[in-house]
Parts: sequence; structure tokens; C-alpha cells
Amino acid sequence: MSTIETPRRKAAWAAVDLVVLLYALVPVVWIVSLSLKTDGTLNDGNFFPRAITWDAYDQIFNNDDFLRALLNSIGICLISTFVALILGTMAAYAIARLDFPGKRSIVGISLLIAMFPQIALVTPLFRIETAIGIFDTWLGLIIPYITFALPLAIYTLSAFFREIPWELEKAAKMDGATPFQAFRKVIAPLALPGVFTTAILVFISCWNDFLFAISLTSSSNARTVPAALSYFTGATTFEKPTAAIAAGAVVITIPIILFVLFFQRRIVAGLTSGAVKG
Amino acid sequence: MAEIVLDNVVKRYPDGALAVDHLNLEIADGEFIILVGPSGCGKSTTLNMVAGLEDITSGELRIDGKVVNDKAPKDRDIAMVFQSYALYPHMTVYENMAFPLTLAGTDKDTIRQKVGDAAEMLELTQHLERRPANLSGGQRQRVAMGRAIVRQPKAFLMDEPLSNLDAKLRVQMRTQVSRIQKKLGTTTLYVTHDQTEAMTLGDRVVVMRGGIVQQVGSPAFLYDHPANLFVAGFIGSPSMNFVPATLDGGTLHSPLGDLPLPDEHRRAVESGAKGREVIVGLRPEHFEDAALVNDPSRGATVDVTIDLVESMGSDVFAYFTVDAQLGGSGGLDELARDTGAEMGVGGVQVTARLEPTSRVSAGQPARLWVDTSKIQVFDPKSGDNLTARVG
Repeated sequence: MSTIETPRRKAAWAAVDLVVLLYALVPVVWIVSLSLKTDGTLNDGNFFPRAITWDAYDQIFNNDDFLRALLNSIGICLISTFVALILGTMAAYAIARLDFPGKRSIVGISLLIAMFPQIALVTPLFRIETAIGIFDTWLGLIIPYITFALPLAIYTLSAFFREIPWELEKAAKMDGATPFQAFRKVIAPLALPGVFTTAILVFISCWNDFLFAISLTSSSNARTVPAALSYFTGATTFEKPTAAIAAGAVVITIPIILFVLFFQRRIVAGLTSGAVKG
Repeated sequence: MAEIVLDNVVKRYPDGALAVDHLNLEIADGEFIILVGPSGCGKSTTLNMVAGLEDITSGELRIDGKVVNDKAPKDRDIAMVFQSYALYPHMTVYENMAFPLTLAGTDKDTIRQKVGDAAEMLELTQHLERRPANLSGGQRQRVAMGRAIVRQPKAFLMDEPLSNLDAKLRVQMRTQVSRIQKKLGTTTLYVTHDQTEAMTLGDRVVVMRGGIVQQVGSPAFLYDHPANLFVAGFIGSPSMNFVPATLDGGTLHSPLGDLPLPDEHRRAVESGAKGREVIVGLRPEHFEDAALVNDPSRGATVDVTIDLVESMGSDVFAYFTVDAQLGGSGGLDELARDTGAEMGVGGVQVTARLEPTSRVSAGQPARLWVDTSKIQVFDPKSGDNLTARVG
């Protein structure tokens, strides 16, 4: 394998990148375009709108249900991500560092949960939640979100923990740290890039969920944006709220972009360099 | 400052492997002890047990008279320098060195003063705000030392602290480690596989092999009176030459030639019957160019053909081969594995260290004088030194 950079090779890679980028961005541009079109021009066959209108955005931001859903989404996803990270960090640390009986079965069970078809759980969860009274509440969504985010968090984080030199922890112990102090002051700060990466993944998976959001809520009390969007109605029964849904979709993409941009700066590669010789 | 006692300490891993076998060692307050041996000899395991990073299977570890077998590392008040340095990459040099004090809840002013003192001693003052990633190997090593000394612990444990440095820096740091230890007078347990470090640093050296202590003593004592073949071959550079021989009264018949044994030696090996097979150990410096010796009759002379001559300026190293087989004598095969040398293939190679004025040259026959009063005679089966008490 030659790795020589020739102008030709560079051009070829640039072309490939461009194709991938176009492939990924066309739907995004499309939905932005739809959200800016007037009702009459929705089906005019133009990819870019001829006349731009912000009516759809006016409409959704004057819709209390949508604003409430946005708040629900942000709140539920942040809490789920936070709790999943705390639990996931501790579990991943134990899996990466300690030998304890049942370690393999814990890893196996968490993998099993990750692969479990969520649709099969909707009905039981619905019955359980109505029975114990957390149906249509934040908690009713946070619990399943954490459940499904944890395997992801544990897997990603344990990979990061394994990368941290074992001797750092021994050094911390020799310096007089309790195991928990060693974890908190030495290991956890070094695992931060992994924690942020995991935070992004977990947040996105919660944010995008539609299945639980639509099945475990019945009002704007806990309904998140993906579910709320499906309840949008047009001005009349015969009118499709296409532009409004598109605008909603654009709006809920923005927190994700912000979230990624914010955490991406924290993902500093090579944070552990200089710890040990090598 | 503390006295450390290892009393019949055994380390057996869950898979049954015996890493350390009934180790007994008393380390006096302020003493600098070196644990040395080839890889896998149990020296690092011993250190980790003293540190508390590994459990002790049986036996007692006492620090200042108190049994600390079940105490956590943090409660033993011992500092450790790791081979990899194990610096905290997310902290500055200052924070790294202050870490043990911060954990101990020392007040800020005291920390600043202690870290400042240590940094000054280690010439790190201008690097205090830098992170480990931006330091050179030698600087990182000194930070690791600094982190150990700020706390004024009862003892230092050092696990091959210099082995990641290049040769020149290693020699420099070796003297610095020695100076710091002398200045602070802290009990130190130092692990290395490098016999030069063992010889130069320690008050006493513990040679280990396969989890068993072979010999404990001052570097000079180990050099002059090795207890067995293993210690003899391990201590000293270039290492001791071993040649098989047959004992016949007061004379050793060896492929080198006949070597008369001095009286003291003869008495020591007397138990050996006539015709007993032995291994003769001769240090390189106990050879000399016969032409340069005033009174050759004091020892023996041998005629050899020199294969190779290396002139170091201060010495001349002459290498020659004698036709013999050493076989798998106690400890020798392990030594050979450790140094990567091929044993007994095409004869035994012998190294002689001669005066720089010697005129021996490669490919030429030479007459060498052997100082027979320094000869060591070993039992080929057990590897024991039959002449250990002589001299």
C-alpha cells in the first residue's frame, strides 16, 4: 500500500468526499427548502423555493404544543443522557478494569438489551406505566431511554477506559488516593473525550426516538417533538401541514448541531499523551 | 523513614504460578536496597507487594514493626516511582507533584513550599507550569521522582525508574538518584534488571531468580564472593567467564590449560573426590598479558589464540574461544537466555581484560597470565560456589 499524496490522488479523494457530502446533505437542504415554501408552491417541482416565506416557522412558534414539546424533548433527553452517563461510566470502568464474578454476563445482558426489538416492549411498558402512574410523564420516557442508552454508553466508555494506562491508577493509589478518588481525579478526567463522545451518541439516540414518545404519552405533558410533529394539523382538514412539519424538523435539528459543536471541542485527541513513556 | 521486614513472604497467583517463594529480607532504616534479576524473577512482584498493589499470599510484611499485609497502599505511607513514570497527563508538573499532598489535605502554603523545594532539588522549577506531554524523558522521570519525594514518605519504591532513558541520561540520573537518596536518607527499595545500576546504587543488593533469593550482600561482596553460578554470571560486566574443568588434587585440568589451585581453595574444595567435574569461574580482569606481569609464577599462564580485540582506551578486551561444552549447569542456561547468548555452540567464549599497553592482536596466539588466587570453583550440578568463603 502506497500512501504517497499525489495531486491526482487528492483530487480523487476530494471527489469521493463531495459525493458523500451531497448524498448526506441533499435531504437536509430539501427539508429546509420545503419549510420555506409557500403552500401553493409546495408541489411546483422546484428544489429551491422561488419565493421564501417564514409562515411555517411563525406557525410552529405560535403553537403552544410545539413549544411545550420542544421543552419536553430538551429536558427528557438531557436528563436521560446525564443519568445514562453517570451509570455507564461506573459500569464501564468496572468492566474495563475489574475482574468480578458475573462480568461476562453483565456485558452479555447489556448487549442483549441493545439488540432487543423495542417495538416488542411498547405494549408491556404501556401497561406497566399506566398501572404505576408514570404514563404520560417525563419519568415514563426517561426510564426506557436510559435503559436503551446504557448498553451503548457502557460499550463506548469501556473501550475508552481500556485505553487509559493502568499504572496511572496504581500511581494514584500510591499517592494516597482511595479507589474512588483515583477514579474521580485521575481516571474520569482522562476519560472525558470518551464521555463526551458517548454523551453525543446517547443524546442523539434519545432525541430521535419516536416509538416510545408516541406510545407512552397522550398529551403535551410529556410528548417530545418527534411525536408532536405527527399531531400537526393543517388550517383545514383537507390541508396537509407539510411546511409546518418541515419547519419543525429543521428546528429540532438545531439543538443536535449545537450539542455536537459544543462537545466536539472537548473531544481532544491524545489527551493521555505524556502519561507514560511511549 | 522506616525499617521494612519481609518475613517468609510468598506470592502465588490464582493460576498456581509461584512468583515469590519464601522471601526473607530485613531492610534497615535509610538503607538503599536493590532487587536485581532477569525478567520474571519476582523482583517487581516483591516491590508491588511492599507497595500494597498486590496481595501477599502468605508471610508477613512489617513496616516499622507493624504488620501491614492488609493495609491499602494509601495507608502504608510509601511512595513509588514507576518505570513508565505514570504522570497524570491532565495536570501540570506542579499539580502532579502536589497531588499526594492535596490528597493528604495539606494546606496550600505548605504544598507550595514543599513542591518548590522538590522542584529546586530536581531542577524542575522553570517547568512547573508545563504538562507532561511537553517534557523530555529525563524531565518526566524527575517529575515522577518529585512526586515521590514531596510527601516525605517512610520509604521509596522504584520500579526500574531509569530503564526508559537513553544510555547517557541514565548514567546522569543514576548519580542523581543516589544523591537524592543520600540527602534524604529515606529507606529505598529499587528494582532493576541492570546489574550496573545494582552495583553502583545499592548499599546492599538482592539477587533473585525464579522467585527465590540467590544472595544478599553489598555489591563488592557479591562481586568477589558470588554464592552460585547464577550470581557470578549476573553480577559484573563483562560477565564472569565459565570454563568446565576436572579437579585433580591441587590442579584444575581445564581446556584453558592446567590451573594450580592456591592452598585455601584446595581446602575449600577438598570434599571433592579426585576427578570431580567442576566449573571454573574467572573474571575478565583476572587475566593479564603474560608479557606485562612481573611475577608470572604467582598464577598460571595459558596459551590461547585471540579471536577479537577491542581497545577501549583504558582497557583492552581480548576475546578467545576454548573448546569445551558447558551444558545446562545450574543457572547458566537461564543467564544465557537472559543475555541472548548462545551457550556451548562452537566452544566457550572467554573475555579477558588486559592492560592498554598489551600487544595482543586478533588472529594471533597470545600467552595470558591467570590470577589463580581469584579463581572461583563451582559445582556444575547445583551451581553452588565451592570457594565462596575463600579470601
